Amino acid sequence: MTNLQNGNGEPGTPPGVGPNMSGIFLVGVNHKTAPVELREKLAFTDVQTQTAMELLRQSSHISEAMIISTCNRVEVVLVTSDYGLAGNTVLSFISKTKSISPQRLKAAAYIYTGDAAVGHMFRVASSLDSMMIGEPQILGQIKTAYKTAVNHKSTGVILNRLMHKAFSVAKRIRSETGIGGHAVSISYAAVELAKKIFGSIDDKIVLLVGAGEMAELAVEHLIVNTTSKNFFVANRTFSVGVELAGRFNGSAIRLEEIPDKLAHVDIIISSTGSPDFVITKNQVKPIMRKRKNRPLFFIDIAVPRDIDPDINRISNAYVYDIDDLQGVIHENIETRNRESIKAERIVDEAVIKFTDWYENLEVVPTIIALRKKLRVIIEAELSKTMQTLQPLTPEDQHSFKKMADAMINKILHDPTVFLKNPGPHRNKSVYLNFTRKLFNIDE
Amino acid sequence: MATAFFIIVLFYLLSSAGYLIFLFAQKKIFHRLAYTVMMAGFLAHTGFIGYNFFSLDHIPVQNLHQTLSFAAWSFAGVYLFLKYKYRLNILGAYAAPLVTAFMIAAFLVPTVAVVPSTLFKSLWLIIHVVIIFIAEASLAMACGTGILYLIQEHAIKSKSNRFFLKRLPSLELLDQTGYAFIVTGFTLLTIGLITGFVYAQLVWGRFWSWDNKEIWSVITWLIYAALLHERMVAGWRGRRAAIMAIIGFVAVLFTFFGVNFLLEGHHDKFTKW
Repeated sequence: MTNLQNGNGEPGTPPGVGPNMSGIFLVGVNHKTAPVELREKLAFTDVQTQTAMELLRQSSHISEAMIISTCNRVEVVLVTSDYGLAGNTVLSFISKTKSISPQRLKAAAYIYTGDAAVGHMFRVASSLDSMMIGEPQILGQIKTAYKTAVNHKSTGVILNRLMHKAFSVAKRIRSETGIGGHAVSISYAAVELAKKIFGSIDDKIVLLVGAGEMAELAVEHLIVNTTSKNFFVANRTFSVGVELAGRFNGSAIRLEEIPDKLAHVDIIISSTGSPDFVITKNQVKPIMRKRKNRPLFFIDIAVPRDIDPDINRISNAYVYDIDDLQGVIHENIETRNRESIKAERIVDEAVIKFTDWYENLEVVPTIIALRKKLRVIIEAELSKTMQTLQPLTPEDQHSFKKMADAMINKILHDPTVFLKNPGPHRNKSVYLNFTRKLFNIDE
Repeated sequence: MATAFFIIVLFYLLSSAGYLIFLFAQKKIFHRLAYTVMMAGFLAHTGFIGYNFFSLDHIPVQNLHQTLSFAAWSFAGVYLFLKYKYRLNILGAYAAPLVTAFMIAAFLVPTVAVVPSTLFKSLWLIIHVVIIFIAEASLAMACGTGILYLIQEHAIKSKSNRFFLKRLPSLELLDQTGYAFIVTGFTLLTIGLITGFVYAQLVWGRFWSWDNKEIWSVITWLIYAALLHERMVAGWRGRRAAIMAIIGFVAVLFTFFGVNFLLEGHHDKFTKW
């Protein structure tokens, strides 16, 4: 039983070389190993995922396959009889279809095998490996990916069990640790604060000033949390504003309209490249009267700042800049780190259990278990019968035992031969799993 | 009787401890415990006051001991009722200690035997007393939410104190709840004052006698009237409303105690030993 940390998981490490070269194999890139340009290129569309899974399964050494592709990661999970071959197949397949040089891909990719792969899968599903740890979307994305694979009959006994375990581990971590409960990104922190000010942000109106990538991320999360979906974009280049507003069903306004709009909106997110303040105290002060002092929350994620920090001194107006939000995040990260220790323990436990199951899914342990079961039954019946017979000599008793042994051997001969070699292109694990179920070996 | 009173104080004390632990530990179980214990204390207290009512044959608010106890009882009652309605659990960390403080004060002041007076035997008086106390309890809770509002607002504005930011509810909820308390308190205060004037007419033959208690009651009433008016007209909400709720309650307390100790008035018999 190797520990997770000992798994050969360093990016670019060659596939594990050892006596056991078959099992679960995982190759992937994520936000830590690959920059966004590379991740963009690697991302699989639904159709690409389907064809890729079909192509991979055509290799004789790959019995099950599944592909997870999100904006932060691409993970290919396989059950293979040969780690080395599987690694080469996947990497050359990706570099060919995505036209990325094999060197570049190899440098960014990590490979996990065996229990390291199991542990990685559990950690990804539990959002322990996410860019913002604890974010809940990843589980849904993995479930979708798994569904696609199941629909294409691309998974089998092993991946099915792996994924179901991954889902239950993720669920357990979410309910037993506080990992998902704390804001760890700017937008989470902003939403958390907005809720402390407004109670509910359901019906609040958002104004986005500037249409940068950061603002877009922040606003996306904020919009998801409101039901009004009422949203304005003000941008220097009007057409860019119109485009962004269109994506979130909002409306675009011009920068000059901002002072008037302040009377109607509740949350302002600003991220322009302007060197001066875009919104000043003198603009906000008269507005508060018009608003009948309804609170106004400014989130300034621009550097240099867009919102005059003095606005924070006005009653019922609140200004948070990027550093203030970082402060919120920082504290939550500390809590989260404490929680992730618990989460890692849950993952480790699950990996041990899974590996136990997986190791028993071999021919020898299955035969031994079958033999043991038969022996227990026969010996029990034999001793019952022998009690009813006239006192037997030790020789007679010995003959009965010999007969019992011969019966066990003969009964198990054909199953053993079959399980050791179910025939070409047949998945051994399916029959092993079936046998274990048929004889109720895993009780 | 002293034992019964002591047990009630103990209930409130335990409830306060529970609420303070809840404030720090943020575990629901402590809130539930504190709430249950407070409810037990309140029921025992109700029985105690009811017993006094019948054995004395008049409403037990004739000396400072009884008045403080009655005030504590109305605070507890209003908190328990409104907590049931608004689910503002954390307000217990203010209400329970306030109730306890009043009870301990009542415990410490001597129980002076008062010559029963026919003054206490009117239905008008009972209505007047009960309504005024419930009004004052509501205004006490409004003051509590006002204090919580100012703490939370400071936590959000200063960006440094995350202790309260995490534990206190949103500004909006505090503001709305405080407003509801003030509307309730103000309405009851108005009715209570009117019944008082009617009773004065019955007993002394005049509605208004320029008594210090009367003057201060009206000043208190005007403070809350101004607050409600400004809220509706100019949108006085949030910070200003919170500060006004606190000032208003200080006026209530002064009318309640200050007038009797510092000034002279026709209520002094029962709130000055």
